[in-house]
Amino acid sequence: MSKESLSPAQQGANSVRTHLVIGIIGFIMVFPFIWQLIISLSTNDQVMSVPPTFWPGDLQWGNFVDVFTKLPFFDQFGVSVGITVIRVIGQVVLCSMAGYAFARMRFRGRGIFLGVILSILMVPSQVYLIPQFQIIQNLGLLNTIIGIALPGIFSAFGVFLMRQIFLGLPLELEEAARLDGANPFQIFFKIMLPLATPGISALVIITTLWSWNDLLWPLVVTTYAEKMPLSAGLATLTGSITTDYPVMMAASVLAMAPVLILFIVLQRRVVEGLAFSGSK
Amino acid sequence: MSLRTGSTRGESPAPTDRPVRRSDAKRRMAPGKSNAKGFDGYWPWLFVLPTLFGVLGFYIWPIIQTGYLSFTETGPFSGEEFVGIENYQTMLADGNVGQALVNTLVYTVIVLAGIPIALLMANLVNQPGLRFASFYRVLFFMPYIAMPTAVALVWRMIYNGDFGILNWMLSLGGIDGPYWTSTPGFAIVSVGVVGMWASLGFGIIILGAALKNISPDYYEAAQLDGATKWKQFTSITVPLVTPSLFFVTIISVINGFQLFDLLYAIMGQYNPALVQSQSLVYIFYNQAFIQNDRGYAAAIGMLILVVIGIVTFFQFRMQKKWVNYV
Repeated sequence: MSKESLSPAQQGANSVRTHLVIGIIGFIMVFPFIWQLIISLSTNDQVMSVPPTFWPGDLQWGNFVDVFTKLPFFDQFGVSVGITVIRVIGQVVLCSMAGYAFARMRFRGRGIFLGVILSILMVPSQVYLIPQFQIIQNLGLLNTIIGIALPGIFSAFGVFLMRQIFLGLPLELEEAARLDGANPFQIFFKIMLPLATPGISALVIITTLWSWNDLLWPLVVTTYAEKMPLSAGLATLTGSITTDYPVMMAASVLAMAPVLILFIVLQRRVVEGLAFSGSK
Repeated sequence: MSLRTGSTRGESPAPTDRPVRRSDAKRRMAPGKSNAKGFDGYWPWLFVLPTLFGVLGFYIWPIIQTGYLSFTETGPFSGEEFVGIENYQTMLADGNVGQALVNTLVYTVIVLAGIPIALLMANLVNQPGLRFASFYRVLFFMPYIAMPTAVALVWRMIYNGDFGILNWMLSLGGIDGPYWTSTPGFAIVSVGVVGMWASLGFGIIILGAALKNISPDYYEAAQLDGATKWKQFTSITVPLVTPSLFFVTIISVINGFQLFDLLYAIMGQYNPALVQSQSLVYIFYNQAFIQNDRGYAAAIGMLILVVIGIVTFFQFRMQKKWVNYV
């Protein structure tokens, strides 16, 4: 946008002062990330120096190699990806189907069942964590990707979100398809689901974020480091690695990078998705 | 029952033995083949049952079980023995639980203090015509999407009492900083600051969306009347985003009471200040999965449920006093 086309108020928006204020706050917000990168490329002596070493000089890329040799990073990365993919696919399929039925179909006990499902939204996870652990244990799924992912493929929030989406779609399309002889599965998958894309992308974003970052549940159902997702793996580092600060920082950079980069690239979508789910 | 039965309209209704409940006259829903009774036969169940079984099996049944567990004592071989309200009595007399409740409240209040900051920041980056706005927005919401345990490790470095950059900066001002994460009192506040930093992005996103919905006409009118920017902010912006402020407050309180990740990852398991700095969820985790006292842990889980319930109830009661729905 050229400066000439801006109103006086909008030019005010771009005053040096405004940018200075936003810039300073923005710097404070990202400083931990910058610091993390700097440490990850330093030597341990530089990290422990006072005053701090602001620029390591020789960048220690080897720290990033050490992440893979000193930590079961590859395994943990695989677990994180695995549980996230399973939960995202599971939630998108199951929540959109249930959300659709609750929005558009009639069946006995619809209101009650919806109420039952939504009631768990008010319940903090600690209230169902112990029995969930026992179920996973009884199924013999401790320390498995399926075991970590399983309870999270069901989501009351997802059902609620998708129901809201389907409630907002016009009825006429379904009517027409039905007159053409399509069955409910065809109507759902071919017509309604594509129309629900904004809701689905919001659900994918929220589920990815939660699944990638969640700590408590994976901590409970895994005991071996190489069976943990990255979040639990980083939180339970023990032994000499805990004082090898640069490698620890390199590991944390690599652990958060995939989702962080993905979400920065898709920034607009992510912001819309989060705001959208907040407005429901 | 074959899947074909209900597939085309106009054939005989899907066989069902359900009694007629209501008239079909006002029916507007139901995409599938529906019978004359206003129900859609078995189709809805195909859509709903997987989720319904999952939610009942993995959530509802466990909730009931936890309720039961909270009245039992876990034996050495993980058998359960019914002990009545003993766990609750122990809990109420347990100083650590009281301390954890206070810690959790302190943490939540610090996170809540971030909401006005989030509003100011959302207001700054949502000014019409602001250059680099999307770049700024990325800076502001990065902490929110970053993995808490990963950023916790960085904050551990920043807070480090011996060589952390925070204490170095304080030393420039002649202040001798404490061991932030291993001194009781300081530790929970340090974790709270990280929690605030990490949750600002959420507030900025939600409040930013609300700000975009405010008609520019209000501001133009206010400007004609000579209202200052600050006056416009307090008299137009704030009242019009109160519903979103309310939403952010509710979510922040609920999340605040669930404090675990940051505390666990910042303080580590062998921190000398841990006992004085635990959150409710931390005690829950410790009792349930480290001490293996499931019955007591279940009672603490119920306490968390009740506390969140009460706080949320009062927030809803009080919303009439400050939230404007236009």
